[in-house]
Amino acid sequence: MSAQPNLPDLTPPVSSPARPPMNFGTRAMRVHFGYRKATNLLVGGLAILATVIVIAPLVAILIYLIYKGASSLNVAFFTRPPAPVGEQGGGMANSIFGSGVILTLASLMGIPVGIAAGVYLAEYGRGKLLGNAIRFTADVLNGVPSIVMGIAVYSLIVMQQKHFSAFAGGVALAIMMVPTVTRTTEEMLATVPHSIREAALGLGVPKWRTTISVALKTASPGIITGCMLAFARVAGETAPLLFTAFGNQFWSFKLNEPIGALPLQIYVYAISPYDEWHRLAWAGSLVLIVLIMVSVTLVRIFASRGVLKGGS
Amino acid sequence: MGVGILVEHLNAWYGTTHTLQDINLHIPANHATALIGPSGCGKSTFVRCLNRMHETNPIARATGTVKMGDIDIYNDASPVEIRRRVGMVFQRPNPFPTMSIYDNVVSGLKLNGFRNRKILDETVERSLKSAALWEEVKDDLKKKSGASLSGGQQQRMCIARAIAVDPEVLLMDEPASALDPVSTSKIEDLIFQLKSQYTIVIVTHNMQQAARVAENTGFFLNGKMVEFDSTHKIFTNPSDKRTEDYITGRFG
Repeated sequence: MSAQPNLPDLTPPVSSPARPPMNFGTRAMRVHFGYRKATNLLVGGLAILATVIVIAPLVAILIYLIYKGASSLNVAFFTRPPAPVGEQGGGMANSIFGSGVILTLASLMGIPVGIAAGVYLAEYGRGKLLGNAIRFTADVLNGVPSIVMGIAVYSLIVMQQKHFSAFAGGVALAIMMVPTVTRTTEEMLATVPHSIREAALGLGVPKWRTTISVALKTASPGIITGCMLAFARVAGETAPLLFTAFGNQFWSFKLNEPIGALPLQIYVYAISPYDEWHRLAWAGSLVLIVLIMVSVTLVRIFASRGVLKGGS
Repeated sequence: MGVGILVEHLNAWYGTTHTLQDINLHIPANHATALIGPSGCGKSTFVRCLNRMHETNPIARATGTVKMGDIDIYNDASPVEIRRRVGMVFQRPNPFPTMSIYDNVVSGLKLNGFRNRKILDETVERSLKSAALWEEVKDDLKKKSGASLSGGQQQRMCIARAIAVDPEVLLMDEPASALDPVSTSKIEDLIFQLKSQYTIVIVTHNMQQAARVAENTGFFLNGKMVEFDSTHKIFTNPSDKRTEDYITGRFG
């Protein structure tokens, strides 16, 4: 580095009058600090209170479910289908399996479509008529009552095939997942800085490859969260399954047959007149919530593997 | 080895704004060429026209001829092919945050489908050594994200990333403007070494920097190239009054 010839003079001008040092010991200052501390305490306390209010219902529900349902949990619950009316015992094994099948189908169909639509909105459809139309449709679709989704899929698939099926249930839940996944994907892609895309384009990487390997990958933690939200939301849905998957008291391993699902079985048991079935409904609710929590946690752990030190 | 660049009647627009007006210029091979001028004069637009990054903006367009060696980049090749042969270093370091240092450096190869481990390993070492970063990061290549490095290290990593694909031309758009003086002098040393292998075009606001690294300098003003000559001549005896006013600090 060459020497700078004309460095500015940084010493303060001598003529400026010296400012008196601040006196923190005065009474006015002490009152002021007391006021500031109190404000800090109050606002901090309110934030904690708000957190407690938000979390309390969740904890309360979980505790109540354990209290009501844990006693009915046994090996049979996880290994056997429901017992016929009037018989003791039985479980929800077929419903747990059925929920797994329906949710897998829904995720396999809903998540790719949702992500693809989100990519279109963020990367190609900005300011275009089609883009705005898709964005509007997704927002409206998000607000459609789930029972309406069930009836729509009933007339589109069940009426054509003339029978209820696991596949129809999967389609109904997939359609419900799409808007959430689409909008989160779009929003997360919008947070990826333009400079990172330019870096890839500048290296001679084609736009499609930049979108998939750079933009989507950078946005993936947020997109995974969106998918998990959509999954957790539809995992507990009953209404869209009433006219599609229909429910089944027996094992079913075929996609084109009616299949049991946890929310459906809970619904059937909860509105029954039998105490035994009420207890099983509580147990089913507990299992449903725990399964959702476990699957979301597993995906998070799996997704966070391989994240590097110091990355965003 | 680098190739020379011949620019003829280059015009560029953003929407209705005529950002570059009839630029004619010959950039010699294997030399560093600096472009100076006040903010908004079109220097950045000009270098972005040299690797067709300009047209990634939907409202931007350009006309004219840019010849790189024998290739007319606007007629004989696709933007993607051109960008593989013309590396670019941006004003702010822009590492890929999800990639390790290793993957950042060879991202140009990997994202274009190149998978040979041995050659990738060699490329990482060679590029990081050329970018004077190898000693600082060689133990963390695959452990740390490229975004975990300091700003100066990130920018040298971005230079390594640009030269890893073995380009013929290296465009640098104010590569040191976001860096502290120590990192800046490292980048300048680097430019000095790299120009034996690549044709370097560097945009800078720092006139001492232009004087230190470049053989030739072009002065841009309001979308026109006012003067292009050897750096020595531009800084000691410019032909145009406006150039003289700018380098003596009378405006800009």
